Amino acid sequence: MPFFDEIYEDKDIRVVLMRHEQMAGHAAEGYARVKGDLGLCVTTSGPGATNTVTALANAYYDSSPIMVFSGQVPTKLIGNDAFQEADVVGATMAITKQNYQVKDVNNLGKIFKEAIHIANSGRPGPVFIDLPKDVQVADCSLAEPIPENIHITGYNPKEWSSAVPRQINRALDYMMNAQYPVILAGGGVAHANAHKELEELVSILNIPVVYTMMGKGVISDDHPYVLGMLGMHGRKRANFAMCEADVILALGTRFSDRITGDLNRFPGQSDAKIIHIDIDTAEIGKNVQVDVPIVSDLKPALEELLNQLKDRMKNGGIIKSWWYKWIKDLKDSDGIPNVTNTGPHGLVIPEKVMYELNDILEPDDIVVTEVGQNQMYAAHYLNIRKPRTWISSGGLGTMGFGFHAAIGASVAVSETNPEAEVWLVAGDGSFQMNLHELSTVKSADIKVNIIIMNNEYLGMVRQWQELFFDKRYAGTDLACVGPECERNYWPDFIKLADAYGLEGIRVSKPSQVKAALERAKKSKETVVIEVLIEPESNVLPMLRPGGALDSFLSRTREEKSIYDWYGRLPRTDMECKNYCCEIAEEDDVDYLFQWGKKKEDK
Amino acid sequence: MSNSNYPNLSIIGLLVNDSPGVMMKITGMFARRGFNIASITVGHSERPGLSRITIGAEGDLDTIEQITKQLNKLVDVIKVQHLGLQNTTIRECALIKVIIKGHEQRQEVVSIVDLYRAKAIDVSQKYITIEVVGGPRKVDSFIDVISDIVPIREIVRSGLMAISRGKSAITLN
Ligand SMILES: Cc1ncc(C[n+]2csc(CCOP(=O)(O)OP(=O)(O)O)c2C)c(N)n1
Ligand SMILES: [Mg+2]
Repeated sequence: MPFFDEIYEDKDIRVVLMRHEQMAGHAAEGYARVKGDLGLCVTTSGPGATNTVTALANAYYDSSPIMVFSGQVPTKLIGNDAFQEADVVGATMAITKQNYQVKDVNNLGKIFKEAIHIANSGRPGPVFIDLPKDVQVADCSLAEPIPENIHITGYNPKEWSSAVPRQINRALDYMMNAQYPVILAGGGVAHANAHKELEELVSILNIPVVYTMMGKGVISDDHPYVLGMLGMHGRKRANFAMCEADVILALGTRFSDRITGDLNRFPGQSDAKIIHIDIDTAEIGKNVQVDVPIVSDLKPALEELLNQLKDRMKNGGIIKSWWYKWIKDLKDSDGIPNVTNTGPHGLVIPEKVMYELNDILEPDDIVVTEVGQNQMYAAHYLNIRKPRTWISSGGLGTMGFGFHAAIGASVAVSETNPEAEVWLVAGDGSFQMNLHELSTVKSADIKVNIIIMNNEYLGMVRQWQELFFDKRYAGTDLACVGPECERNYWPDFIKLADAYGLEGIRVSKPSQVKAALERAKKSKETVVIEVLIEPESNVLPMLRPGGALDSFLSRTREEKSIYDWYGRLPRTDMECKNYCCEIAEEDDVDYLFQWGKKKEDK
Repeated sequence: MSNSNYPNLSIIGLLVNDSPGVMMKITGMFARRGFNIASITVGHSERPGLSRITIGAEGDLDTIEQITKQLNKLVDVIKVQHLGLQNTTIRECALIKVIIKGHEQRQEVVSIVDLYRAKAIDVSQKYITIEVVGGPRKVDSFIDVISDIVPIREIVRSGLMAISRGKSAITLN
């Protein structure tokens, strides 16, 4: 209270009163991810602070710079189980980059500075500050001002080292001589603001880029060499490129299990060379063996790479990649189908929503997702064209993250680019974890275009139950009412929007999607669009769980190899002659168009 | 050093901030990432405000490398070094309370204590408490030998402390 009292009349600070502290933390992260700078969340002690634990963990696993700053009982009561005391420093230890309890007001300024520096520098991450009541009101008697530059013994993120140029030189030897080199871009590229350098690199090398979910947006999906997301729910063409790669340049990624598939069979070409650039030493060699490890901030590392590459080109260097021969066919394959038919229940097929959203998306618009199928459809299909315009919970996969991150994102763009829209792709389950914040967007005049993909299920889990648990939909049916499981859906999202004074639009036919999106875009306020999605839609194809990057489950639910769709790339001139039409037989897309019809025939 | 109590052991020396919760951050990192701590000791260092920790950790070299990297990431950890067993002196102290019956047994215990250059630090009619200091192998072997002669009532081991030989040191400068 003393803190809030202090800022009551401060016109420079915009306070967004969230309805729940977890959501305040996620909103801070949404803000931080759009701005590339610290997002702040302030809470009360005890339950207020413990409510932020999920938000801190989310920011920790996605390397987002946020600060949570909570009240605490007076110092002399700490440890006595006073009213609303909780050991939040203990509770947040494993999920913050650093945390503090301030015991002396004279340290407060230094600690804030230190914490902000730690959150923003190196590999970014969340920090937590616990501020006891008596310290909040104590008088500060600092003799000297807090130094401008903070030096913290024991904290020296390795942003550059003299070994980098030599390693880059080795990396270039591999990359220029490889037949099928591939760049794997992770979220680190966005953190380092190294997207321009990446784009320039691709324009010189003309080699494909695949990305992790966190790396979406670091290079435009429209770029002819960008093949899309890699991994479990990745694009076939991206996984194919990775399977064929003989050199992999990995930038700011941690090789999570979602993108490598079975580690014993990664990379696909067992003799492929891996170059890994990351600012976090501990990420290099953690999951995969690396041939050229480079610990550095990505921006100076890529600048060095570009300089050396340009030098080599000037001196007659040749890039030996063969990708230019096939990249167009590859990029043209595996597109997003415009599924105008309905499914067996006469409802909308999710691909249709993504298709229409792509059509209306402007490059500066921000897309935020919830977690589940909705997220994977968006990550798989949406064309994101700029860094920091794609926000999704990666490492932790927190349902409920999306709406609040969208609120933070909307506040951030309203400062920098008021023309840009914020789109939220939500699942009906996720949205029910956080819908109380409709009140926040209404009262704080924050605009988010909310698209609830209502498939009546915790869809991603139901998908696994359908595919791997014999269709036993235990604990995932959101439309099951009463012991007899009558099908009925609560809440009525349109009435709910109305209850908060917001417009709700229900879409039940594919033909209505476009108009609804346009209407939301035109509106001055948050609009809730509920799209009635064919309940048993699946995000397919996907990797078989535990399988390698080439082992798929197709839309027709058959076990397939990536090589059923794409022929192995030729490695010799002889093979090259015969390789023309082998690319991309899209047999399983037809399935989507036939899906509804097949049922009707029966 | 392959040893019954410490197979596959590596020694890591750390210099850390002497502030509340630092031990918890370090042990928490081990627990969370599934690394094993065989032994951990902590005490003041040569510099006020900094503590010195010795961790005996188990695992292959890749694991130990991951451990040192992760420790390095903790803001309160100032320095981390994997101490090669060749160039490091390792010591452990153990306090062992044994039960004795009669004079003869006492004599026998005392002679073993002498042999190991250990010390009897508390002697009563039925119990002797022995202090033994040495490399972990010496302590293990002492315990083996003594337990053959008399029953052991209680053992308290300090855990390993390690310091590098010669000039090299884990200090601020
Ligand atoms: C907080 C939280 N609880 C549970 C899960 C496990 N989980 C992952 S996806 C999912 C289903 C999400 O359902 P919905 O939001 O309706 O999205 P859909 O998959 O149907 O698009 C669940 C329960 C999670 N990721 N986060
Ligand atoms: Mg759902």
